[in-house]
Amino acid sequence: MTTSYQLKRVDFIFKNENDWEDVLSKSISKPPQELINELISSELKGRGGAGFPTGLKWKLSSEAVDDTKYVICNADEGEPGTFKDREILSRVPFKVLTAMAVCGHVIGSKEGYIYLRGEYFFLQPELNKAISEFEYYCKEINLDFKIRIFMGSGAYICGEETALFESMEGKRGEPRNKPPYPSSYGYMGKPTVINNVETLAHTFTIFKYGAKRFYDLGVQYSRGSKLFSVSGDTPKPGIYELELGMSLADFVDEFGDGDTKAVQVGGASGFLVPRKRFNETAIGFQGKLTGISLPTGGSMMLFNSSRSMFNVIDNYLEFFREESCGQCTPCRVGCQQLLSGIKAVKRGEKNAQYLDKLMRLAETMQYTAKCGLGQSVANSFSSIVENFREEMIY
Amino acid sequence: MTKKIKISINGVSVEIEPGTTILDAALQAGVIIPTLCYHKDLCVAGNCRVCVIEVAGQKRLAVACATPCEEGMEILTNSLKVRNSRKHIIELLLSEHNADCTRCYKNGNCELQYLASEFKIMTQDFIQLAPLKKYTIDMFSPSIVKDDSKCIRCQRCVRTCVELQGVNALTVAHKGDHMKITTFFEKAMSDVVCTNCGQCINHCPTGALVEKNYIEEVWDAIADKTKHVIVQTAPAVRVGLGEELGFEPGTRVTGKMVAALKRLGFDAVMDTDFTADLTIMEEGTELLTRLKKVLVDHDPEVKLPMATSCSPGWIKYIEHMFPNYLDHLSTCKSPQQMFGALAKTYYAKARNLDPDKIVSVSIMPCTAKKFEAARPEMHDSGYRDVDYVLTTRELAIMIKQAGIDFMKLEDMHYDRLMGESTGAGVIFGATGGVMEAALRTAYELVTGREVPFENLNIAPVRGMEGVKEASIIIENPLKEWAFLEGVELKCAVAHGLVNAGKVMEAIRSGQASYHFIEFMACPGGCLGGGGQPIPTSPEIRRKRAEAIYAEDAGMPIRKSHQNPEIIKIYKDFLDHPNSEKSHHLLHTHYTSRERF
Amino acid sequence: MNPVSDLIKNLADQHGRSRHNLLPILQGVVEQEKYLSEFSMTEIARELDLPAAEVYGTATFYSFLEHKKMGRYIIRICKTITCSMKGKNQVLLAIEDMLKINVGETTPDGTFSLLQTNCLGFCHKAPAMLINNEVFTDLTPEKVRDILSTYMKKKGASHDN
Repeated sequence: MTTSYQLKRVDFIFKNENDWEDVLSKSISKPPQELINELISSELKGRGGAGFPTGLKWKLSSEAVDDTKYVICNADEGEPGTFKDREILSRVPFKVLTAMAVCGHVIGSKEGYIYLRGEYFFLQPELNKAISEFEYYCKEINLDFKIRIFMGSGAYICGEETALFESMEGKRGEPRNKPPYPSSYGYMGKPTVINNVETLAHTFTIFKYGAKRFYDLGVQYSRGSKLFSVSGDTPKPGIYELELGMSLADFVDEFGDGDTKAVQVGGASGFLVPRKRFNETAIGFQGKLTGISLPTGGSMMLFNSSRSMFNVIDNYLEFFREESCGQCTPCRVGCQQLLSGIKAVKRGEKNAQYLDKLMRLAETMQYTAKCGLGQSVANSFSSIVENFREEMIY
Repeated sequence: MTKKIKISINGVSVEIEPGTTILDAALQAGVIIPTLCYHKDLCVAGNCRVCVIEVAGQKRLAVACATPCEEGMEILTNSLKVRNSRKHIIELLLSEHNADCTRCYKNGNCELQYLASEFKIMTQDFIQLAPLKKYTIDMFSPSIVKDDSKCIRCQRCVRTCVELQGVNALTVAHKGDHMKITTFFEKAMSDVVCTNCGQCINHCPTGALVEKNYIEEVWDAIADKTKHVIVQTAPAVRVGLGEELGFEPGTRVTGKMVAALKRLGFDAVMDTDFTADLTIMEEGTELLTRLKKVLVDHDPEVKLPMATSCSPGWIKYIEHMFPNYLDHLSTCKSPQQMFGALAKTYYAKARNLDPDKIVSVSIMPCTAKKFEAARPEMHDSGYRDVDYVLTTRELAIMIKQAGIDFMKLEDMHYDRLMGESTGAGVIFGATGGVMEAALRTAYELVTGREVPFENLNIAPVRGMEGVKEASIIIENPLKEWAFLEGVELKCAVAHGLVNAGKVMEAIRSGQASYHFIEFMACPGGCLGGGGQPIPTSPEIRRKRAEAIYAEDAGMPIRKSHQNPEIIKIYKDFLDHPNSEKSHHLLHTHYTSRERF
Repeated sequence: MNPVSDLIKNLADQHGRSRHNLLPILQGVVEQEKYLSEFSMTEIARELDLPAAEVYGTATFYSFLEHKKMGRYIIRICKTITCSMKGKNQVLLAIEDMLKINVGETTPDGTFSLLQTNCLGFCHKAPAMLINNEVFTDLTPEKVRDILSTYMKKKGASHDN
């Protein structure tokens, strides 16, 4: 039983991309349906964190009827602890560009955008060079597909897909009501596929090697490999491609410093797992594995016993208090309440039972916030208070 | 016909049209879901999250206002999860809100207060965030007070300012805990493109946006025995005031209102309808003169279409947005300001009063009138023409303060000299009313016959469509108007500034060829004004409009030029329309302003 | 004509004058001017025929679109957890000490502004900071002093970034 959840390193994403021209021309010679089927059978799920099946996403947009459709690569990598997308775009940009063009072929779109976070401005020149080269080849093979970079300007929430559209439309990056969904009403109200950088890079792998190679990695419901951004108290911080489904205990064995007290999985909006749960926690998307399973954008922050969990949650909550778009009540006011609440408890101005009230508030935030990010901002709070209650009080 | 879909709400199954939101479906099923950022006049925002409901099988709650029903949905509006969440959200809003209710102008008419009361939020569990924030109160505008400490960021005001009015004075700025409703560079409302229309006040659920009130000043004036305090009431007030005092929307309370004003202690109660009739005489004459100058004299200095100038919100809007078109505005002052100028001249003389001792008060459905009265050019009587402008809401407050049982009042009549009105004056309160009144008089002046509409009701300019058009072909005019023979007089009516903007764009691009246009800043015209009772909705405005037209239909005289007091004022004081004296007292000029 | 007006006109020519071109234009002005003044925002509104309030509301949403006067070099030091764990505060103190300003301030000569920012995405090389668009990682107080010295020498040069 344990064997399938072991940590296995994989090397697909950063493996050479020299054959991108080949992959592109072969892929676009195939009918869209075939490519969609390939993606669906690979069971690739979005690598940004939400984990929506990629094949289904492309399928829905391909079925939408409209002359104008868009392919958007979400490179607004703002989740604390995540830095894999920048690495992909700087090391293997052609994989992403190829995947975007193939997506364009599948859904019937001639325009692609890369929404690049403002913090990664310095990537622009190299990326633009890659785009020119790419477009030159597209012209050669008579593929009508253009890619442009759209720069963000420092707003975490723009990683939420509908907020990203709003931002590209020149507005405040405030998430929209859903439905309608991007597949029918995305950027400029047009059918849009929006994928995370890493997701697109994986589709390259799938188009190159076929769905099976990908599917054979990982475990049920969590197929394939995934990039993990490892940081915090670790002797080897960096980016690692690992098979999904590993147990957190194995992960800590590999990356911990021998004194790992807890791991924050999925960034500030993810969950904190304490040492006692390492064994029962698997890293994947859904379904019960050995214990709980965590969706993840791949951020893994390790904390050793010298770290105060109060400081950790204080830092996260301050982040969310600032980065909430501010439009919906539970996220805007909820973040302020959680933050002032833990400080008040720490100072002794509120008693320990106040944490229980805040836990219930965290639950409400999860149920009622407008967007996916708003619904998850309280995750870290809940898991930290649940597991390190005494650190919140004393 | 589309096939209906079946859903269940709290276990009761209902059939509804596809595309219906959960909120509307619940309403149809007799289930009330509380809302806050939702408003019938505005697009759906889904921000406040008060209307959350549970859909069976979903972990997360959905918002009723923004979620369309789907076949087979099982909706729970009162589950434990819903109740707890909703209560939390109200508590959160309260924690960010300066809930000093007893000291709030909106105490008793606040949607947040109402929700807090409904959900019995008795404790203050969460930390009060309001005192920690640097909230500001903007009191610089003569019309609007904006108190950020009361704001719950529902964005109804912003949507109003943008969608309904196309003014964009208000915006959402910053994000996270700093997110706020503000203006360009957080300037005072008086320093930006704000038209003072007050629609933001009408749509604000709390006390964050209220009118600047002059209640105490008016009480002081009334108490001052050396002053002669007169009051005028605008047409739309009589169909709105009742809502504040226990009547259903659409109730006409003209006589009770006059009686109440007398009990409050005003020395004379007169009617803005009188100067509405006077406006028709002046504006109608101006229109015919312009037509002659353009059609016969080909005078390039004279501009058509001519636009009405009764609505001060519209005036400030055009001054900001289309400053090159100010020549198109009628030079006529609004009825309020005509009244003001005459009060301290004509009325003072007739009653043998020292104009310096006259305090001129007006009751308006409007907040922009407060700004208008304060315009520097409005001193043609030699004094400030109108001293205090109160909204319908402020009058209701005074009536309550005075302990008057409004419902039991016997009807009374306006005082003479400037208190007589016609049906034409009354309909100024509804969109299309000025146009209809003007056509009733102008057509008759030109042809000697009544307008060719049944019962004088010019139906094409009535109703709530944003932009309305009408035209009349002039046949067999009287000799002096012979040049108008066969001319098709093309008119348009726009209400709500966003519609005004559309018409102006059409003029600018040359697509529109009107002769005369009525513009009103507020949706529905003055009856939907920014000083009218809160709440407002399309339904409420429709009822007020019905009341206006009922009032008109019941008047013995329905054409401005037949108003005996109008005939008298021209005989005794003004000579004739557009005379030198009327130009001095009743006409004005406009100021070009910055749009950015 | 005012050089900022020219800049805005050129940016609008380059990107277009629709609403969806607003962000690139705002970014273009910030790139050059380091911040958006009231004048800049008014001019952008005029050029794009947008309400000025909308421009302000949009600009203030984005942390990198400053609307207060900034120095020529904007230092943004990452304050998110990993950087904090790896000694961000010491680095910050070193900068404050060297430039004699606090977070949120600009040096009197208008060369440096010091800000904190949210996760820069260099958690594995923490602590990290940006100076304008250039990234510096694995910072220590010594290292940051060297970096700033280099920038101080660049001060007079016409081309920075």
